[in-house]
Amino acid sequence: MTVLCLVEPDGAGVADASLRALTLARGLAAGGGEELAAVAFCPAAALSAELLAVLGSYGAGDAYAVAAQRLAGYAPLAWARALAELAASCGATAVLAAGTDRGQEVMAHLGAITALPVAANCTQVSRAGPGTVELVRYRWAGSLLEDAELESAPALLTVAADAVAAVPVAAVPAAADAGQAPAGPAGGEIPAAKAATVRPFAPELSGADLQVSATESAQRSTGVSLATARVVVGGGRGVGGPEGFGPLEELAGLLGGAVGVSRVVTSQGWRPHQQQVGQTGTRISPELYLACGISGAIQHMAGCLSSKHIVAINTDPDAPIIARAGYAVIGDLSQIIPALITALRER
Amino acid sequence: VEILVCVKRVPMVGGRIAVTPDGQDVDTRMSGFTVSPHEECAVEEAVRLTQRLGGSVTVLTLGPEQAADQLRDMLALGASRAVLLETDGAEWGPIATAAAIAAAARRRPADGDGGGDGDGGYDLILFGNEAADTGDYQVPVRVAHELGLPCLTGIKQLEIAAAPADGVVAGSGGADGGGADGGGAGDGGADGGSGGRATALREYRGVQESYDVPLPAVISVREGINLPRYPSLPGRLRARRAEIERHRPEGRAEGLRKRQLRVPATVQQQAQILGTGVEAVPALVALLDELGVLS
Repeated sequence: MTVLCLVEPDGAGVADASLRALTLARGLAAGGGEELAAVAFCPAAALSAELLAVLGSYGAGDAYAVAAQRLAGYAPLAWARALAELAASCGATAVLAAGTDRGQEVMAHLGAITALPVAANCTQVSRAGPGTVELVRYRWAGSLLEDAELESAPALLTVAADAVAAVPVAAVPAAADAGQAPAGPAGGEIPAAKAATVRPFAPELSGADLQVSATESAQRSTGVSLATARVVVGGGRGVGGPEGFGPLEELAGLLGGAVGVSRVVTSQGWRPHQQQVGQTGTRISPELYLACGISGAIQHMAGCLSSKHIVAINTDPDAPIIARAGYAVIGDLSQIIPALITALRER
Repeated sequence: VEILVCVKRVPMVGGRIAVTPDGQDVDTRMSGFTVSPHEECAVEEAVRLTQRLGGSVTVLTLGPEQAADQLRDMLALGASRAVLLETDGAEWGPIATAAAIAAAARRRPADGDGGGDGDGGYDLILFGNEAADTGDYQVPVRVAHELGLPCLTGIKQLEIAAAPADGVVAGSGGADGGGADGGGAGDGGADGGSGGRATALREYRGVQESYDVPLPAVISVREGINLPRYPSLPGRLRARRAEIERHRPEGRAEGLRKRQLRVPATVQQQAQILGTGVEAVPALVALLDELGVLS
């Protein structure tokens, strides 16, 4: 009895979203007394010792390396076909993937192939019985939660990555291995979890399965990436027009950050859509989100709730953003931002 | 190109979202309804494509009687035909929704070329990447499987090359000309494996994925693929008078059962007010320093 979790290698390591999905999958497996296995789409040789150690430290006993003749890169239907075959061959009780574009897409195909439901963007899952999983999942991109029950064998789930922390086995608060002492100051090392064992898997794919295949090319990056910026300076309707963004850009530059905007700004055509923060834009998780002239609509907040600190600058003390921010300055951003820039330059 | 665009009626939420006392729905007493932003872009994309390549746009939704309002909104943007798959208002899961949409897609040409049997009534079936409310990310993929068509999702840039034989219908030009009535009149034999192709781009973790698939195909798009137009006055007038084709598909229960919706117990806080106007700037600088972002 196995819980399978799709993971995506990222450079020498494993993508953060995959580690979060593995963490949730491990809890599900443990609740049912089952094994956790990772599934990666790459040749067995591509799973380095380092990568297997990471997968092991997140509780994966086996790591399936799925490779086939004509399967070179990302091919959503082929990946799903392979997962379906693998799930059947190892008697999987659940298959999970991170709620990324690829994870959602592959799991939707898997659901269609197996004629089973898929619960998307889960934040909690637990085994309620054979063939039944209790879960909590996102609605409205996390602005609401749904308590639900999934009756399906196997259970097909995607994980709301920003709602689940990535926790390796060794860092789980004791109890698991009462015998083994946690990291001692002397040794200084966390007891190494066992590395995952590579299991090559060659699925049978047809030409039709590979009809949709991605050709990948690196994107030209322009400045600080919004998704990973440490500081985001946000601008909303209160900025007043396209010409009002100059000072925000300047401030973002001073703080080594990026400019993000609300949906109204992009649908007015004031700024390009790549800068939108929100449910239909980018999800950000900076140390500081300085939200200027942003009212705090649900659609926007869904994209910035993982910010560590939110500071709002707004003329309206009753704007919804004030109830979601840690700090606020009440006033006109067209005066406050230039004054802030001057003060920062004088430091 | 004959294009079907599927949209979903969802509450228009502003600064607050609340749940009905029974925990089964979003409280919509204070809100209007709209379609998901991604879907509005799907309709815009379809209208632009037919203006360039000829053909027509059909919009479809599955929902209660009132969802006809959203169909009229989309007709006002330039779609020429609307189909309502009417439900009793209960929430449908992605499996049943996809089955009903696929059945409707197979029924296509009620006018024009009349080749309504079999698959492939449309060259292109467009969706938004995910619905704003349920965020299931599944209906486009499941529809593609039902119809045996290739599927792309999350697309931010799309090019359609119509087949040489039926790509000669001139675009009608003008901001509101996409919906000449009975748009199928001149394109006999355009249905079925039309020989056209779709090329599309998606962004994924700093990588650009490009795809190339034959038509017909199912494609879901993301906001940002275009900037949707505002409805024109003639468009709105035409939409008000337009006939809406109605069907009542059979629903069925699915394995994912909602127990209740709830508002997450976020740390509901009230911001600490640092001050008012430019006098607050020194306090703001001190705070930024304290948060460690002034390096």
